[in-house]
Amino acid sequence: MATDRRTDIGPPNYERFLPPIIKSNYGKWKYHEVLKPGVMVHVGESGDKLFTVRAGSPRLLSIKTLRRFADLADKYSGGHLRFTSRHNVEFLLTDASRIEPLIEELSRLGFPVGGIGNAISSIVHTQGWVHCHAAATDASGIVKAVMDDLYEYFTERKLPGKLRVALACCLNMCGAVHCSDIAILGVHRRPPRVEHENLNKLCEIPSVVASCPTAAIRPATVQGKPSVEVEENLCMFCGNCFSVCPAMPLADPLNDGLSIWVGGKVSNARTEPMFSKLAIPYLPNNPPRWPEVVAAVRNIVEVWAQGARKYERMGEFIARIGWPRFFKLTGIEFAKEHIDDFKHAGLTYKRSAQLRH
Amino acid sequence: MTDSGNNGTPLLDELEKGPWPSFVTEIKSMAADNKMCQDLLGQLEKSYREKRGYWKHGGIVGVMGYGGGVIGRYSFLADEFPNVAHFHTFRINQPAGWFYTSDAIRTLCDIWERHGSGLTNMHGSTGDIVFLGTVTDEIEPTFKELSENDFDLGGSGSDMRTPSCCVGPARCEWACCDTLHLTYDLTMHFQDELHRPAFPYKFKIKCAGCPNDCVASCARADLSIIGTWRDEIQIDQAEVKAAVDGGLNIHRDIYANCPTRCIEWDGHELKIDNANCVRCMHCINAMPKALRPGKDRGATILVGSKAPIVEGALLSSVLVPFMKLEPPYEELKGLIERIWDVWGEHGKARERVGEFIQRVGLGNFLEAIELEPLPEMIAHPRENPYVFYEEYYEEGDEDEEEEE
Repeated sequence: MATDRRTDIGPPNYERFLPPIIKSNYGKWKYHEVLKPGVMVHVGESGDKLFTVRAGSPRLLSIKTLRRFADLADKYSGGHLRFTSRHNVEFLLTDASRIEPLIEELSRLGFPVGGIGNAISSIVHTQGWVHCHAAATDASGIVKAVMDDLYEYFTERKLPGKLRVALACCLNMCGAVHCSDIAILGVHRRPPRVEHENLNKLCEIPSVVASCPTAAIRPATVQGKPSVEVEENLCMFCGNCFSVCPAMPLADPLNDGLSIWVGGKVSNARTEPMFSKLAIPYLPNNPPRWPEVVAAVRNIVEVWAQGARKYERMGEFIARIGWPRFFKLTGIEFAKEHIDDFKHAGLTYKRSAQLRH
Repeated sequence: MTDSGNNGTPLLDELEKGPWPSFVTEIKSMAADNKMCQDLLGQLEKSYREKRGYWKHGGIVGVMGYGGGVIGRYSFLADEFPNVAHFHTFRINQPAGWFYTSDAIRTLCDIWERHGSGLTNMHGSTGDIVFLGTVTDEIEPTFKELSENDFDLGGSGSDMRTPSCCVGPARCEWACCDTLHLTYDLTMHFQDELHRPAFPYKFKIKCAGCPNDCVASCARADLSIIGTWRDEIQIDQAEVKAAVDGGLNIHRDIYANCPTRCIEWDGHELKIDNANCVRCMHCINAMPKALRPGKDRGATILVGSKAPIVEGALLSSVLVPFMKLEPPYEELKGLIERIWDVWGEHGKARERVGEFIQRVGLGNFLEAIELEPLPEMIAHPRENPYVFYEEYYEEGDEDEEEEE
């Protein structure tokens, strides 16, 4: 049995899947232009032209939809397609006259073309209630509601610069949302409820104690059983104890919710990469369409879209106008939660008299 | 017994409205043929009603001989939704750059139709193809079919996670290194580290072809490889003129956005002070026909980025300001192995390499991995005077320095 198992073979070599035009122009592209929303052309030093049509996707795709994409690739792009780092699907065409028919067919199937250039691209996100044990909220549902609302900014190019939105359903941040123009982050706000009955069976107590970055967890004997106790005023709801020990659940419908972070980027263009900063500490978890989150994101996008200069990302815009004006323009109330009190918090205090009045 | 059959999914149905493609529609499209999807809808509707998740904390499942690649998932509501009592996830190593043929997509779909829910993520955050939801008994048969069709699993747990990269030279004129080849090569070279978790925690590698960093390597890779160049930006003066004639305002759009103001336009000729250019990409992004990265290309190697858990989020910081990247990439592989040796020996459980460096200090880490300290590695020298000198003289010490 073990002899006919193939292991450690690695992924298929990508060269098998490259279209002929890419093989012959590999590393020899000269420039590209965005022709219209969701469509760009790459021109090779050879003069060859490769047309890319990008469509948004919910990331969670059934095999039925994937087979439809495969059929479209056969019909329009020589059987070749790819996906982007933000879950969009791309068809790679050599015949410009096939672009419009492909866009029409994608639209009929419900997949919008866009997301290139000064636009919002698909929202990078996590599993949420569809598949995760640690989620403070759903992921796909909020993404769907926000993208329905910001749809025009995907299918058109009318924003000052790129808009990268990401969502993580807890602080583990499987989507590494912490460097996004706008990050939507699920938060817990109730300390773990220790399941004393099970804890010593499921977890190693020293590991649970060591897992806490604020030393809020101590060994304790509760009802005659070895367990732990939590000093609740030291808990910052990171969930790391739950990651190492299932008997420390934080999820709680009364207290879980969403926070909104702004101004991060990963590109080095103009300014160095930056983290997103807290804009709204808490919004209610309100399925199925999270109207408070949708409205908050739209409000921040509109303030940026109206105030930013050409190319200016959210974080660059806020750096220019200053945080006080950001809070004023968005109408977001500034509160104690906005002020950092974790490690190196003092570096985030304003340490000059350079203020706008 | 499912909720979805009897009571419908009124809350989830709200997410089939609106113009953006709906994940609910995707799940529903499978529910007629697949009981797992019916019960997934039922459990998810209940989550929407009760505002909480119902998945258990994981569990140890996998394929023979591997320690990673399958994430165990069980439902708290096995009685109510028995078809998702087990709902395990496969991570399947994607082809570099996420290129596929229609046949490859169909092969994956056929396998997943036979063995699981028929639901996927294209792709997971780390880059893998994700097959969402199957039962324990289907894991080994799924893996068998995948490997027969030249697909292998990705990483999970405390191992090297599946490396990923941007589209690179396959379709981008800015690629300063062959991101696809490098990613494939590293993935093949480190198969053991990918499949058999032996590290203190996860280790992610991401390769971006230029400083635009389309795979966010600086934010979410323990080792970030970011293509760059060290000679002069290539200028096509005729295309600069054409861009200006087309409405580009070089002073406002380019010069004012240049972080070191190293670009000048006198109305006839564009000049760049390349010695002061920090390779930010803005001018090249704004004038893709007129400007191109230089010809002496390689990458900046950075280390340590991660999301907040445990000790706070980190961005990667510079380890090697410039490295040529040509196959077989011996210098890079040697560096990666030295990092793993030091971190593997001294890192604590669940301590990412970035947190390890914070704990021991970058200077000590550099000594351990045999790299010289360089000013490119820091934003500025230390501001505090608390230097940990490691040696001092005693009265009467012999002068051990060699006499000339």
